[in-house]
Amino acid sequence: MNLRSIHTLWIAAVLVVLPFLFEDFTVFQINLMLVYAIAVLGLNVLTGYGGQISLGHGAFYAIGAYTAAVLMEHAQMSAYMTLPIAGLISLVAGILVGFPALRLAGHYLALATFALAMAIPQLLKYDSFEHYTGGVQGLVLMKPEVPFEFELFGQELNDDRWLYYFILLVGTFIFWVCSNLMKGRIGRAIMAIREQPIAAGALGVNLAAVKTMTFGLSAAITGIAGALGAVTVAYVAPDSFLAFLSISILVGAVVGGLGTIWGALFGAAFIQFIPNVADEISKSAPWAVYGAILIALIYVAPGGVMGLLRKLKKGDTA
Amino acid sequence: MKIKFALASVAVGAALALSSTAALAAKNAPGVTDTEIKIGNHMPYSGPASAYGAIGQAFTAYFKYVNDNGGVNGRKINFISLDDGYSPPKTVEQVRKMVEQEKVALIFGGLGTPTNSAVHKYLNSKKVPMLFVQTGATKWGDPKGHPWTMGWQPNYQAEGKIYASHILETNPNAKIGVLYQNDDYGKDYLKGLEDGLGAKKSMIVAAASYETSDPSIDNQMVALKAAGANTFFNVTTPKFAAQAIKKAAEMGWKPTHYLNSVSSSAGSVMIPAGAENCIGCITSAYLMDPTDPQWESNKGFQEYKAWLAKYMPDANIKNNLYVTGYAHAITMMQVLKQAGNDLSRANIMKQAANLDMEVGVLMPGIKVKTSPTDFYPVENKQLARWTGKSWELFGPIYGPK
Amino acid sequence: MDGFLLQVFSGLASGSIYALVALALVMIYQSTHHINLAQGEMAMFATFIAWALIQAGVSYWIAFFLTIGIAFVGGVLVQRIFIKPVERAPVLNNVIVFVGLLVIFNAMAGWIFDHVVKSFDSPFPTQSPVLNSYISGHQLGTVGVTFGVVVVVYSFFRFTPIGLAMRAAAQNPDSAALVGIRVSWMLALGWGLAASIGSVAGMMAAPVLFLDPNLMAGVLLYGFAAALLGGIDNAFGAIVGGLLVGVIENILGAYVIGNDLKLTVALVLIVGTLTLMPNGLFGKNVVTRV
Repeated sequence: MNLRSIHTLWIAAVLVVLPFLFEDFTVFQINLMLVYAIAVLGLNVLTGYGGQISLGHGAFYAIGAYTAAVLMEHAQMSAYMTLPIAGLISLVAGILVGFPALRLAGHYLALATFALAMAIPQLLKYDSFEHYTGGVQGLVLMKPEVPFEFELFGQELNDDRWLYYFILLVGTFIFWVCSNLMKGRIGRAIMAIREQPIAAGALGVNLAAVKTMTFGLSAAITGIAGALGAVTVAYVAPDSFLAFLSISILVGAVVGGLGTIWGALFGAAFIQFIPNVADEISKSAPWAVYGAILIALIYVAPGGVMGLLRKLKKGDTA
Repeated sequence: MKIKFALASVAVGAALALSSTAALAAKNAPGVTDTEIKIGNHMPYSGPASAYGAIGQAFTAYFKYVNDNGGVNGRKINFISLDDGYSPPKTVEQVRKMVEQEKVALIFGGLGTPTNSAVHKYLNSKKVPMLFVQTGATKWGDPKGHPWTMGWQPNYQAEGKIYASHILETNPNAKIGVLYQNDDYGKDYLKGLEDGLGAKKSMIVAAASYETSDPSIDNQMVALKAAGANTFFNVTTPKFAAQAIKKAAEMGWKPTHYLNSVSSSAGSVMIPAGAENCIGCITSAYLMDPTDPQWESNKGFQEYKAWLAKYMPDANIKNNLYVTGYAHAITMMQVLKQAGNDLSRANIMKQAANLDMEVGVLMPGIKVKTSPTDFYPVENKQLARWTGKSWELFGPIYGPK
Repeated sequence: MDGFLLQVFSGLASGSIYALVALALVMIYQSTHHINLAQGEMAMFATFIAWALIQAGVSYWIAFFLTIGIAFVGGVLVQRIFIKPVERAPVLNNVIVFVGLLVIFNAMAGWIFDHVVKSFDSPFPTQSPVLNSYISGHQLGTVGVTFGVVVVVYSFFRFTPIGLAMRAAAQNPDSAALVGIRVSWMLALGWGLAASIGSVAGMMAAPVLFLDPNLMAGVLLYGFAAALLGGIDNAFGAIVGGLLVGVIENILGAYVIGNDLKLTVALVLIVGTLTLMPNGLFGKNVVTRV
């Protein structure tokens, strides 16, 4: 067995045992973090690899979340089944946004996506949809039931721990797919468009198709994260998806490290846990502490956490 | 060998001691010890509703007052108040943290309808009392479906109905224009008005909504005036209420103005909007307005003022949010007092459903009353008219006797 | 017709505030090619400073100009301390710094001045001397002040040596450096100017919107849209964009779609316009070298 396989094995072992090492509430927080990691990965595909800025990925997260919620509420669908549908609908939404976005670049795209993020809560509250979406009151959801009884280290397999495995499975699958995609031809095309769009076009890359599909893929991944998030929190309401969510996902992507797959995990940990840390440090102005930590981090690690780790591994050359 | 035996006996002794204390404390809720009661709370200290954080500060100050005076039945209150930024997922996280990690006995006074909705089912399934939530949504008074949840303030729909009946009484041919916040709170009020008008719902000639993210409500006000409304139902939160009052005056629009009680504070709304701009405006009240001179000589109000001066010396006396906080906290203390030494969650809930009390800052004639079938603590209101200086009460006290 | 005119004038007044925010965004963009997401919060913080001065007894117009000065210094300091380290970093790193500044200013305003909504008096009479059934004194004053700001800014760039130096540094930093212009300080000046303009926007908005840390939250998006609509590098475009956005928002809300979807439709319109005219109404067509 080579070193790589040994690393994979013990990491896998830790991941399997993990939820039983912590109490229920911490497992819930870990679940949220994993969900954000998937959402951040989705944005990273578009912004880190594809170079297209999006200040509105919260919108796709919301679309995925509401798709899952509406299906669970009105079609009595199980949480598991809603994921592919949420992904599909988000994919379509991403393409619908990505297509006109072809004409926009840089700040204009930022505005368009930010506008989308700000419009989503209002759309979700719209009277005509209220029967399905629950309007401003939102929809309460049921977490999937635990199919069997199990105990380890004194902790029972409850709905949070069961959900953890589900999210881990979906997350691992998405990370694996993305990793392979980005290493392959499609990934190279996406990155080529980011670096030198005109040259890429001249070399035969179908700019419109690749850029639109990148948007779609990115939206689908974040949409699936949204669906998982809805199930984890067991509740959706328009107020859950305000513009700050989009900003947080972007913060996660940059802090983790753009253009990397694993950066998404660090970014998600940042946006999930640093606000709590900031709250411990200062009760009166926690967000000021958050902002300060954020700014300090980007000074120290301009390539995000992954950039920093890479530099440290290389031995810090000037 | 000796050491092992010693260790073993210490272990057994400890186990016995623990189990006996455990047996004694088994009846009490988590978070309750002989010396303290842990209470959890979630408030929007940041984000779009951060102005309401003042209520959380009032809670903290009141519990400090209680502790300084010996606590409740010999126990001090350990009050944990966390920020949820008015974001439902964050509320879920904070409430689970308080229930599962901090092990609070109960959740008190959480603010907001979507935020409380997010934890409604969780707290009921965990059988954690969710007391005196700060929202007027009608759904909190549901003893059968959610026996662990209770609101406090008169609900919005009931208030809307009161205005509707007043309009039908005094101006049956009115043309009503409504400005409402596009969320649960705004829509609940609107529904109350519509239900109260019943068959004459068509008296509403125009209804304009706004988002809290809207920079201003100018164009909505212009539209309402243009629709020919001569009666105006103003369902806005304080900041927007002040804007609306000012705009109406600027436009020279003088309808019969019904202002929802959430935004009737003289200090936060009426005076900043221009005290002479809303003379004749009607609202409904249940709490004393701190800027109203008629309460100066009232004993309950004087107690409030003294408490505020000592425990929140930098607070602005004109801000009625502190009155709300004070009133909620007093109710909470009464529940704990009544529970005595049986501080199990079941008994706490039982006492909450068994209240018949006066609160110093509730207007005379209005009490806090609950029963196992009535989970609406405060239901009475009285109409008041703005004189340019204060709210003058008039008419009967509406609601159950 | 009456109602329509009311909406138009009302839109021009709120549009003036968007125009000022847009102008501030353009100031920073012209010198640094970044859009400062923290612009709104900085303006709000400056407005709180003005409020504090007035509470301390300073008369309105003295407080007004004092705040502009303080905001200018603040803007320069922010650039020197926070922005300079990421001057050469990728765009998104700058965005992160802006986000950080946004939350810091918001939190500090709440901490220092608390979250309770405060009233902020307008220096203008309630009744407008002209057209007083369509426009209020404050609205007319806002438009007037905006006009004044535009004139001052235009004159500054056109007729003063520093203004010329800033324009040079923005257009061609390398050549400008060669002729002795301290380009980095020009960036700081740009930030100072933007902060000052933003503070005026805040002080004009506060009497209408009332003062709390969330004062500018709704305005920023419209300011951003206005700046882009007018062409992100064009100051004149920013003003026109702001006024257009203000009027469109009102007309749409009142006559076209109602308020429930007003935000969505307004933004769809703006984004649609940008899709057809990617550089905004007055922006320059940027040619990229392969």
